[in-house]
Amino acid sequence: MRLGNLLKVAVILVVAAAVSLVSFYPVAGVPWLPLTQDINLGLDLRGGVHVVLEAVDTEDAKATPDAVQRSIGMLEERINQFGVTEPVIQQQGTNRIIVEIAGVDDPDAVVRDLIRPAYLEFRTEDGTTVLTGADLSDAREAINPNTREPEVNLTWNPEGAKTFAEVTAAHVGRRLGIYLDGHMLQNPEIKQPIPDGKAVITGYESLQEANRVAVLLRSGALPVKLDIMEKRTVGPQLGADSLERSVTAGAIGFGAILLFMVLYYRLPGLVSAVSLVVYATLVLLVLAAFNATLTLAGIFGFLLSLGIAIDANIIIFERLKEELRTGRSLRSAVDAGFKRAFVAILDANVTTLIAAVILYVFAPVMIKGFALTLGIGILISMFTGLVLTKWMLHLLAGSGMVNSPRLYLK
Amino acid sequence: MFHFVRQRKYWYLISLLIIVPGIISLLFRGLNLGIDFTGGSLVEVQFQKQVSVQEVRAVLTGHGLERSVIQLSGDRQVLIRTGVITETQNQAMIESLGKEVGTLTVLRNEAVGPVIGKELAQRAILALLAAAVAIVVYISWRFEFKQGLAAIVALLHDALITIGIFSLFWIQVDSAFVAAVLTILGYSINATIVIFDRIRENAKAAKKTEPLEDVVNRSLWDTMARSINTSVTVMFMLLALFFLGGATLKAFVLALMIGVVSGTWSSIFIAGPVWLDLRKRLPRSKRPAGARA
Repeated sequence: MRLGNLLKVAVILVVAAAVSLVSFYPVAGVPWLPLTQDINLGLDLRGGVHVVLEAVDTEDAKATPDAVQRSIGMLEERINQFGVTEPVIQQQGTNRIIVEIAGVDDPDAVVRDLIRPAYLEFRTEDGTTVLTGADLSDAREAINPNTREPEVNLTWNPEGAKTFAEVTAAHVGRRLGIYLDGHMLQNPEIKQPIPDGKAVITGYESLQEANRVAVLLRSGALPVKLDIMEKRTVGPQLGADSLERSVTAGAIGFGAILLFMVLYYRLPGLVSAVSLVVYATLVLLVLAAFNATLTLAGIFGFLLSLGIAIDANIIIFERLKEELRTGRSLRSAVDAGFKRAFVAILDANVTTLIAAVILYVFAPVMIKGFALTLGIGILISMFTGLVLTKWMLHLLAGSGMVNSPRLYLK
Repeated sequence: MFHFVRQRKYWYLISLLIIVPGIISLLFRGLNLGIDFTGGSLVEVQFQKQVSVQEVRAVLTGHGLERSVIQLSGDRQVLIRTGVITETQNQAMIESLGKEVGTLTVLRNEAVGPVIGKELAQRAILALLAAAVAIVVYISWRFEFKQGLAAIVALLHDALITIGIFSLFWIQVDSAFVAAVLTILGYSINATIVIFDRIRENAKAAKKTEPLEDVVNRSLWDTMARSINTSVTVMFMLLALFFLGGATLKAFVLALMIGVVSGTWSSIFIAGPVWLDLRKRLPRSKRPAGARA
């Protein structure tokens, strides 16, 4: 029974050590290990761009909701061509668009490519450009009332209609390529001459697909001016450097904390060291599970939370020492220490949590990650501090084999 | 046991000696606001060879950007801060640097429009106010209103010391600074609450004859080891980040270090004593039922 308690502690130690080792230490050939590979790295850690664009009014085109939609469609199309993974494109407010792209070699070139106006052209099979976006006045998706099939209706302006009539008359049976930014969007066949300036493109799977093409055509027909409101690019070199440096710094800081705890608090210090390793693993697990993106500020928040997480242990151990000095037995001192420390830990953590939540709600994007890791850290530290540390101390005290006061007190 | 609480006017004085110059600096020249708040652009490049500020400045002058701030870090890395410029100007500047100074890699290129900067500043102030109010409400609920007030005095103390030092030494502040100040508030309130918790407990157990002054003093000593040890562990991490963590968030870590020292000080030497003074000087307010947990 007594030996059983020590055994349990040993099992906890082995499990904790194993889990954290496989979580942090890369194992070749096992794709889901380590855990750290499952955590998305933010733009500032692997290089990338964060741009806030705003559609602005020009003489030619107004920044209408449709204009913003067209810009988003066009940006999506362009970004897809970069072949990057998981780009973020989202609308903010009425006329702002946030674009985030990670892992690009030349982020500034990407920004340049993104904001140039869309260039739409129509080319015959021999590659001659016969019409451009300037000739097109509108493009709308619709369901054909007769065939019930989705289609895109093009409307040419008077000049475009004239050219279009000539081109279609001369190229019946051949194809007219539609290119956006030099990239082929569609290659419909000219079935008959169209003299009235209204063209119909058919053959879509769904109305949604027709809508996508119509939006892209309109973005070339009515180019929107996009202004950069905010741009943050980080080269891949700086990102890798930041990651490496913060991991090294974190490891050293972490080591110093563990060493201090063991030297100052002895056996309980050792217990808290185990708790802290479990804490770090759990936080990373939660981040991976929620698919959170770890930014540099997020890493700093995580590392800082290690320093703060140990606070719960320190409060408890100080109480434990007080209780032991009054001559209590080890087992009752452990219980009393936890009971008295609990309120202080709860109140202290709730207020910090309030600060973290407010930070998360109000803070600008780049420090949201910091607030998130800080908040998750506080919650998990309550668990490791109040549950895991307590459990291990109980087992140790209950074993009756490691109860020399010298292990707990100076 | 040294009686902290009786000597409190000296602690107030020490704090004021740091806070007052900071406030004066804040009033007369404010903060060195980075592009996050003012709008502007920040470009960090690394050249393949050693370069001088003069070379870089000569190129910038050619672009009409002679008023930019140019900072060397190491002898190949250069940080350039300019006012609000267009994307085209930005690209032209980098291109000229590459042609006229030497081959370079762009490490970082940030541009913030003036509108965004203004929005950010407003949100930062809003966040600080919201956090302060929420914290007072929580403490007033869990402890008593006057302890909430005392905690806010301590918070204000830490915020003023950190912001004041950044103003005095003209260290640039960006959006991460807002996060730092909020974290400091969280940390400081944490420390204060642990002490208030002990005061609450000791006051309940104290004999009627024991002066409140002595109860507070005893509570400070009871929690002293915790106050110092927690700050020490947090400091370990901050020192490692400051010296090894890279340049990007250095000012952020510095703010946290100042805040941790100030927060430890204020929780011991300011919060408890101020509460005592509030108790003595302010008329007794009726405490709502159930205010004590």
